Amino acid sequence: MAEQKKGGHLKNLTNGLLKENPVLRLVLGTCPTMAVTTMAANGLGMGIAATVVLIGSNLVISLLRNFIPKQVRIPAYITVIAGFVTMVQLIVKAFAPDLDKALGIFLPLIVVNCIILGRAEMFASKHGPLDSVLDGLGMGVGFTVVLVIMGSIREIIGSGTWFGIALTADLITPMGIMKLAPGGFFLFGCLMALANVITTRKTGKPAVGKMDGCAGCAGCANKEICGEVEKKEEGENR
Amino acid sequence: MKQIFVILVSAILVDNFVLSKFLGCCPFLGVSKKMDSALGMSGAVIFVMALASAATWPIQHYLLEEMNLEYMNTLVFILVIAALVQLVEIILKRYIPSLHKALGIYLPLITTNCAVLGVTMLNVDNKYGFWESVVNGIGAGVGFMLALVLFAGVRRKLESCDVPKAFRGLPITLVAASLVSLSFMGFAGLAENMFK
Repeated sequence: MAEQKKGGHLKNLTNGLLKENPVLRLVLGTCPTMAVTTMAANGLGMGIAATVVLIGSNLVISLLRNFIPKQVRIPAYITVIAGFVTMVQLIVKAFAPDLDKALGIFLPLIVVNCIILGRAEMFASKHGPLDSVLDGLGMGVGFTVVLVIMGSIREIIGSGTWFGIALTADLITPMGIMKLAPGGFFLFGCLMALANVITTRKTGKPAVGKMDGCAGCAGCANKEICGEVEKKEEGENR
Repeated sequence: MKQIFVILVSAILVDNFVLSKFLGCCPFLGVSKKMDSALGMSGAVIFVMALASAATWPIQHYLLEEMNLEYMNTLVFILVIAALVQLVEIILKRYIPSLHKALGIYLPLITTNCAVLGVTMLNVDNKYGFWESVVNGIGAGVGFMLALVLFAGVRRKLESCDVPKAFRGLPITLVAASLVSLSFMGFAGLAENMFK
């Protein structure tokens, strides 16, 4: 169906891959991005789990968008998302117990991942079910790609393996620091700078030069509240 | 008593929530520009983390475990935290308006803060008792405050630096965070060896 209508639906799918990549462009979901990418396989698992939740919650929220009263929409979205997360959690526990151990509490913490709530608020609550599913799929794949890239770099430099296959482990002593917290922050900063360079070359404007509102949580559901915090800060400056 | 002290030290320094567990990165990067807002936000986080740990413990032990519903804890905890934050806001507004003025705007932000849900999950995972959970909540909050306040100082220095164009804004902030988190690695092994 998506192919028949060309531009319209397909655009929703490809948006999340590059133009509005949730991690590098919208700066959503930073916590799991840095926390679980110590190995490429963990990044892939986390990405797939988040994609499943994203597609499911986008579909349900889009179907319910006319029934949820505006005042209680955030708690309603969170309940829907938490339901899907619980489902994914049980499936992962049953079929991939090693992955469950590796992801630890970050699997249940998909509930509070800004990407999912942000897409519910920004996209699924305003669009039809088909578009919302495609948007969820695109965003999820975009998220997964970045996680796998980060996981690969950290695994290759940090332990000399890739998806568990030994690459440089015997030739060079691995730099363990990349697998630890500082390496995560550092690599994420570098990747974001790289994304800046690429988009500056293309459009002349940096992608995430400034952080507007919250943590660069541009699409976060809390943006309004963050805006108030910013306003308060500005007021004090004067 | 010793156990409680170990939990406190490891939550504040060794396993700092922001700098070694990557929990609560959004507020860490977003609200650390000014010292005032860093203090306000982390004050609210300490308060909510302690309350959330105290509130979710009886729910986990007397409700979910009794009924074999442990797998529902993600769903239940996030709703409890959301309701708790609302309740705290209403109570503060009515009875302690001065505190509400200081923390008020930060409270709603905390509902979707992964650090708060994270601390309640860790309490369950580590099988902490009631007081251990509360202390873990307070320690995690204090650790969050320490990271935020330290980083606010770093960012003030960062503002006057000549940064390469591509790194301006968020990228250099992340690199700076990496160095701060490197310094916290010096605390590794502190909690286990303290009482030897």
